[in-house]
Amino acid sequence: MTGKTWALVCAGALVAGLAGCSSSGGGDSDGKVTLTYAYWDEKNQGAAMKKIIEEFTRTHPSIEVKLQFTPNKEYWTKLQTAAAGGSAPDVFWMNGPRIGLYASQGALMPISDQIAQDKVDMGKFPKSLVDLYTIDGKQYGIPKDFDTIGLWYNKALFDAAKVAYPDASWTWDDVRAAAKKLTDPGKGVYGIGAMAWPQEVYYNTIFQAGGYVVSDDKKKSGYDDPATIEGLKFWKEFLDQKLSPSIQQMTDNDPIEMFKSGKLAMWYDGSYDAPQYAKTEGLAADVAPLPAGPKGKATVIHGLANVVYAKTKHPKEAWEFLKFLGSEQANKIQAESGAVIPAYEGLQETWVKSMPNVHLQAFIDQLPDAKPYPVSKNTAGWSAAETDAITKAFSDGQDVETVAKQFAATMNAALSQEK
Amino acid sequence: MSTVERAAPARAAAHPATRRRLRDREWVWGYAMIAPLVLGLGVFYLWPVVQSVYYSFTEWTLFGDSSWVGLSNYEKLFTDAAYGKALRNTFLYGGLSLLGIPISIAVAALLNTKGLKLVSFYRTLYFLPVVTMPTAVAMIWTWLYNGDYGLINYALSLVGIEGTSWIANPSTALYALVLVGVWTQIGYNAVIFMAGLQSIPSHLYEAASIDGAGRVRQFFKVTLPLLSPSVFFVSVLSVINGLQMFDLVYLMFRKGNPAREDTQTVVSLFFSRAFEEGAKGYAAAMAVVLMLITLLLTVVQFRMQKRWVHYA
Repeated sequence: MTGKTWALVCAGALVAGLAGCSSSGGGDSDGKVTLTYAYWDEKNQGAAMKKIIEEFTRTHPSIEVKLQFTPNKEYWTKLQTAAAGGSAPDVFWMNGPRIGLYASQGALMPISDQIAQDKVDMGKFPKSLVDLYTIDGKQYGIPKDFDTIGLWYNKALFDAAKVAYPDASWTWDDVRAAAKKLTDPGKGVYGIGAMAWPQEVYYNTIFQAGGYVVSDDKKKSGYDDPATIEGLKFWKEFLDQKLSPSIQQMTDNDPIEMFKSGKLAMWYDGSYDAPQYAKTEGLAADVAPLPAGPKGKATVIHGLANVVYAKTKHPKEAWEFLKFLGSEQANKIQAESGAVIPAYEGLQETWVKSMPNVHLQAFIDQLPDAKPYPVSKNTAGWSAAETDAITKAFSDGQDVETVAKQFAATMNAALSQEK
Repeated sequence: MSTVERAAPARAAAHPATRRRLRDREWVWGYAMIAPLVLGLGVFYLWPVVQSVYYSFTEWTLFGDSSWVGLSNYEKLFTDAAYGKALRNTFLYGGLSLLGIPISIAVAALLNTKGLKLVSFYRTLYFLPVVTMPTAVAMIWTWLYNGDYGLINYALSLVGIEGTSWIANPSTALYALVLVGVWTQIGYNAVIFMAGLQSIPSHLYEAASIDGAGRVRQFFKVTLPLLSPSVFFVSVLSVINGLQMFDLVYLMFRKGNPAREDTQTVVSLFFSRAFEEGAKGYAAAMAVVLMLITLLLTVVQFRMQKRWVHYA
């Protein structure tokens, strides 16, 4: 009678069964090969994916590609179960936090030899992204797109408070001063949103303060480092001074929506959210490079890659498709859709022009200062606990330093279990 | 009733051979009848239980290779602070959800009032949450609980009380969850209690009132004792359901909620460990311990029933 617990176990088994039925089509009788390509963003990128496949099948008539969409929330659970059952899609989207685990456990096909053989120029992609998908000296993915973080601001609120718009010369002190002037409790307007989100918010300031999240050898947590803690304290000050809505308020009301409805004057967010800010009616938003911290400028860069499943039945065709996904042509299709910054060199211009009303160039200009999204082999082993810990640190009455140091111990324990 | 009872032995006595054949066939038919249920339970409940017990002694790599690790998963449970906290939350939730029982009895008694108009309308109203999708329930209550724009805080502001962010505030979140859980269970419990109330013979009340018992006394001396089997049934179910709380927690307390730590139940922690972090063996050990606890509590409840449950 412990229904739900066991139902969950059954559900897992069912997912495995279903995934087993639905993926990895074999060769048809007429010699046509069918590949499955899995992705998780239908709303922003579905159209571009379909167009890319159309182009690919036009030049490769003997290969058919089936798109398999899974919402991001279930993507990894499903992929993991399918891979455990030996039936993952032939080609699929991969991200930084997962690449280490998937590559080290042999779920992905190394493509270094193919790259050398077909003379694919990896120099066309940002180096930090190519490195992200290189594990133990082997290349596992071709970068698909990338994103950096920028300082979004509400022009109307800046005008009303008579504060000059942010620009590339801004530092932390400028943000502090502006937040004070922009906060208007009477109207429910806050200077800035200090939400406990890693990629968009506190990773950036940790790097700007000269701190780190994971050491380069992936053995040590950076959360007991004074510089890292300084990067966190930057946000805690806004919360303590009520220049930002409290974490509780931003749990109830998504800060993205608060920014869109004019409740936040400044907000750190990624290039991937540009379409919704550019298109929100009545919102005059623009974006500037992230202000410099005590140790200079920095922004988190992260990007997806396309990878090939190690047990694919059609490695040759899958590689052909992967190569096409990494081509200038496929990247151009992505650029024109405006959803993501294509990884391919020289195509960022096309993306910047896709939304002329916002200064998207700010995201590209930050590339020289970009720091890779911090990952270890099993990022998922500590990232949920990290979100919980920093959320707690940012809550009322909590001391950032104490909570961060406590979490460092937890994270070190998780890192020590990675092989 | 009585004709059947008399007829069967009469015919069987007349033809002993028929009786034997009939018994043989009854044997087959009996099993055939319960087969769908037994098979279903076996495949979807018992077999996974056996498997989970086995898995709890193993550790898994992400892609399905497992190795025997003996008791180490169970040892880890003792040092996992999150598990301790989840156990505490789960017990608190399970215990508090028993509050739904007196509320449900009151609702059932009201719905059972003689001469009440629109009975089926009220019954539907109370039962609606039971058949509403948990996703919808969670969404509506998340809106109601919103600290800045929620209806609850608006209502409170009318009487001069300043509310809080009910499900983001660590000190109120669990109680907010209990309220929603109880709310969704009232309809189901009330139906059981209504059936229980209706099966109490009216002559007992007549006799009680002749003996001079008032309505309150009738309730405690007649209604409650005779309702006790239903109360027992509902409380066993409530405890089991309470210990397995998952859907509302998963839907209402997402990552990044400051009250997450104070609302994670064992099953929701099980889900993140098994399917998000990939520690399937360890998660299985958590589930096995929860099953043993549930079993123990249910056995205790069955033992205790002799003291207070009256079967008429």
